[in-house]
Amino acid sequence: MKILYFAWLKSKVGIGEEAVTPPAEVATVGALLDWLATRGPKHAAALANRSIVRVAVNQEYAGLDHPVKTGDEVALFPPVTGG
Amino acid sequence: MIKVQREDFDVGAELAQLTAGRTDVGGVASFIGLVRDVAEGATVGAMTLEHYPGMTEKKLAEIEAEAQRRWPLQASLIIHRYGRLEPGERIVLVATASPHRRAALESCAFLIDWLKTKAPFWKLEETAAGPQWVAARDSDDDAAERWSKPRRVAE
Repeated sequence: MKILYFAWLKSKVGIGEEAVTPPAEVATVGALLDWLATRGPKHAAALANRSIVRVAVNQEYAGLDHPVKTGDEVALFPPVTGG
Repeated sequence: MIKVQREDFDVGAELAQLTAGRTDVGGVASFIGLVRDVAEGATVGAMTLEHYPGMTEKKLAEIEAEAQRRWPLQASLIIHRYGRLEPGERIVLVATASPHRRAALESCAFLIDWLKTKAPFWKLEETAAGPQWVAARDSDDDAAERWSKPRRVAE
């Protein structure tokens, strides 16, 4: 699974992208965020306030119940501010 | 048409291109977003726009397709820049062409309102206190929300 971080999530985690292999029971976006937060103090700090983290699975916005599986591209980013 | 690019664009040339060779267009509406030097009362030196290559183009194309579904448009254009931009520089151009002004004006407002809340761009401002990521505004969500129910303009 490929994880992408954008904007301040990238700054806080310290990397823009990582390949991860979560355990099989991590089957939803919510479970994935919980698991990612255990990867280290920077991950935990970046994911401390879930209400300002948006998620896209394979480039589509996804809620916490959305399924995730091997091979997915999962992006984590703050609410968008373009235009 | 969707363009996501680092370079500036020529508004006059882009608008002329939008309707080139056509004689059935009644009106073109456009919105041009610029970098301001003041945000939330603080002076901003410049900003860097980051985006999610791939998803950005996909979302912009979806937003444009939604405008085409809701209004009788003959042409539409979204150009959004990324990278470092200084105050006064152009960030975004949205333009729509239609036989009638109301469809052109409404769809143009729809495009910029939806773009601001759906396209994956983020602004990092250079301020006296250091670089600051711009927070999303509730007023932008409200502006997008007013288009949540499809409306179609009477011909």
